[in-house]
Amino acid sequence: MPLDLVRRLLTPIQSPVSTSTYPEAAPLLQDATRGLPQIDPILCENEGACVESCPTGAIKWVSGAVESIDAGKCIFCAACVLACPKKAIAMTSRVELASGKRDGLIDPFEPPALGPNAGVETLLFDPSAREHIRMRVDSRLGRSLHVRHLDAGSCNGCDWEIAALLNPYHDIQRLGIDFVASPRHADLLLVTGVMTRNLEEAARRTYEAMPEPRMVVAVGACAIGGGVFAGSPQVLDGAGGTLPVDVYVPGCPPRPEAIIEGLLMALEQRR
Amino acid sequence: MSEPTTITARAIRERLAAALGHAVSVSGPGKAAARADDEMLVMVTREEFAAAVTAIRDTGARHVMLVGFDLRRPASTSGSSAARAAEARSAAAAGGAGASAAAAGGAGAEAKSAAEAASAARPGAGLAIEEVLAVPNGPIVRLRVEIPPDDRTYPSLTPLVPAAQWDERECHDLHGIVPAGHPDLRPLVIHEPDPPAAPYKSFVAHGSGVYQLPVGPIHAGVIEPGHFRFSAVGESVLYLDARLFYTHRGLERFVEGRTFAEALPIVERACGVCTVTHATVYSRAVEQLTDTEIPPRARAARVLLAEMERLYNHVGDLGNMCAGVGFNFGTSRLGWQKERLLRLNEALTGHRYLMGVVAPGGLRLDLEKRGLVGLGAAVAEIEHEVRSIVRLLVRSDSFMSRLHGTGILTRAEALRLGALGVAARASGLPDDLRRDRPADGYADIEVPQIGSATGDVAARFHVRAQEAAVSAALIKELAGSLPAGPAMVVPPGGPRSGSVALAGAEGPRGASWLWLMAGADGRIERLHLRSASYANWPVLASVVPGNLVPDFPLINKSFELCYACTDR
Repeated sequence: MPLDLVRRLLTPIQSPVSTSTYPEAAPLLQDATRGLPQIDPILCENEGACVESCPTGAIKWVSGAVESIDAGKCIFCAACVLACPKKAIAMTSRVELASGKRDGLIDPFEPPALGPNAGVETLLFDPSAREHIRMRVDSRLGRSLHVRHLDAGSCNGCDWEIAALLNPYHDIQRLGIDFVASPRHADLLLVTGVMTRNLEEAARRTYEAMPEPRMVVAVGACAIGGGVFAGSPQVLDGAGGTLPVDVYVPGCPPRPEAIIEGLLMALEQRR
Repeated sequence: MSEPTTITARAIRERLAAALGHAVSVSGPGKAAARADDEMLVMVTREEFAAAVTAIRDTGARHVMLVGFDLRRPASTSGSSAARAAEARSAAAAGGAGASAAAAGGAGAEAKSAAEAASAARPGAGLAIEEVLAVPNGPIVRLRVEIPPDDRTYPSLTPLVPAAQWDERECHDLHGIVPAGHPDLRPLVIHEPDPPAAPYKSFVAHGSGVYQLPVGPIHAGVIEPGHFRFSAVGESVLYLDARLFYTHRGLERFVEGRTFAEALPIVERACGVCTVTHATVYSRAVEQLTDTEIPPRARAARVLLAEMERLYNHVGDLGNMCAGVGFNFGTSRLGWQKERLLRLNEALTGHRYLMGVVAPGGLRLDLEKRGLVGLGAAVAEIEHEVRSIVRLLVRSDSFMSRLHGTGILTRAEALRLGALGVAARASGLPDDLRRDRPADGYADIEVPQIGSATGDVAARFHVRAQEAAVSAALIKELAGSLPAGPAMVVPPGGPRSGSVALAGAEGPRGASWLWLMAGADGRIERLHLRSASYANWPVLASVVPGNLVPDFPLINKSFELCYACTDR
């Protein structure tokens, strides 16, 4: 029916523009969003309940003090928050955690914050930091980036967040980034999952099929170090043992904005 | 259809006695007497196995799972996790703070005694398999057969119950138990077994003009890995052989020897988009083992979360079916509605895919008050949008002509191969665990029956759209009437070693079942998770022949099968 055709054309036109402006704007989070946990060193009495409770061993304990939280291992489950008898640890809204170095994911001991999120707010949502990101994007996006996704044994969570990059809200094409069907067309390999034994060869051959220069971004706790499956005889504990990882994007799964941050970081690295 | 009569455990026992020629001993789930008619365990010999399965099958029973287990294996805590736990404990002890040292000391002693118990004799120690069948309007029957370690064979069930074909292959891979007479014993789960098996050969069709089309394991889109080998003539598929389990992470072995709490985040991540379903079946199995009654708030909240999960999945899947024919209008509009639903998930639980909420005993994190405010209205608004998009799609002839008559799954084939979920309901089977075996809050509400009889892609499209509307209505009802009070009770101490619990839940892709055997000290002896996708993959492979190669993505998306929870 022609009327339906008109309706179909009108629907998108009548709808308000819903697309995100990330990275210029902060990611759209909810009050409840579980970002990286943070320890308040004043309340913390080093009882170690958080270390004991962490399912992935992300909280490191050195000589009686909690030293650091490894964002690359954290699955954002809040077990540490529930376990702490002194309520010295809280989830923050910190979700943009990408780093070009594995060590860079290990959160250094932060000075005490005023509220649960206060320190983080100033750190990440600082307008000058946003301006810097914008400049980075402008200077690096002189050309487009073609991405090939590789599932190396994920639970599908990271993959769905990558698929969400293509929806009308995140709309990653607005940044000149797009997904391609073949590794031969790709500049960058976006790896999710633990790297199973059954996929190791396929993953290696996918990488080898890419033209130089090529980059690898590991998305999610599994691709960084095996996540909750680290140590299983059937998995190789992350993409790093098989592929040269350039950027790590923590999360379980990382939010779409965090994946965009990782991709932009990879662009920055590529000279 | 008239309401079928209820089949009692007693009737099953009589039927088995008639088939086997002697009385059988039956044990129930052990705890509440009220559940005696819900579940029963029957021990049979290898020789009697086929006759017993046939007797139960002839009541119209559906295959739930076949699980193998090996109770003679040494303590099963995997190396690195044990090391990690020990490291954490010794670090904690080094920390020296009073309370934690006491707690850590307790945990250390626990681990030690678990290891001791594991090496000691166990009840019914040995190799065994269990075939689990669900009798409609009757009990779940677990037929257990012990397998002698020096002769690891039994007569294959696949000729009797074709739905068991993959279960038997998996059991063969993981436990070395040989189902004699199985038509296809190629490696399924472990691609490169040790010792090496014969090189893997895809099954292909031969003949003049037949060509092979290999696809995957790495696919063109943002999807999971699997290898498909099409045998085709021109555009028509003659045969499809699917090789999966590329994302096999060894989940079941990996959780053995862990405490119930430790295993939760791992089982929850069997599949990232059915997290509520899998956390719920796991939690309910643990609750059965520990005889835990969850609080009313948790009962209702689990239904709310399960319906949120169904809704975002169904809306996303409707969009993906548009992507399967390259109809971007639907993909984009429905993708936007799905994004809005993910935001509601995040507001409600702090996680876009609802992870970390459901736990044994109730909910480990209560629902956010702010997320509940206005949830019903927001979901109703999104549902209204989805409905209007679907209306436009249905009126688009070019779209619907791709869906009608494509990928037909007949009722008989669905029954034969044990199809589940939307795939079953779109082919005239009424199966829905929310109605058939209601658990948690589903016992308190009425879920309308939805179905279609045509069994094609269009039927699955319509069933999904209608189920999305039902989910939205249930969410609206529950969000406003969630009981107050605690959301969690701490499950009491460890269950008897060797006791087994079985729990099923209707997820977005169909019924997922979890079989859980307790070990010593509240640890897991053996866990088996059979997701709906596991059941539906062989169904898909049988539906595709006769269709065009370019229709495969569409048919695939209409089944919406998950690789991760199949492969585990």
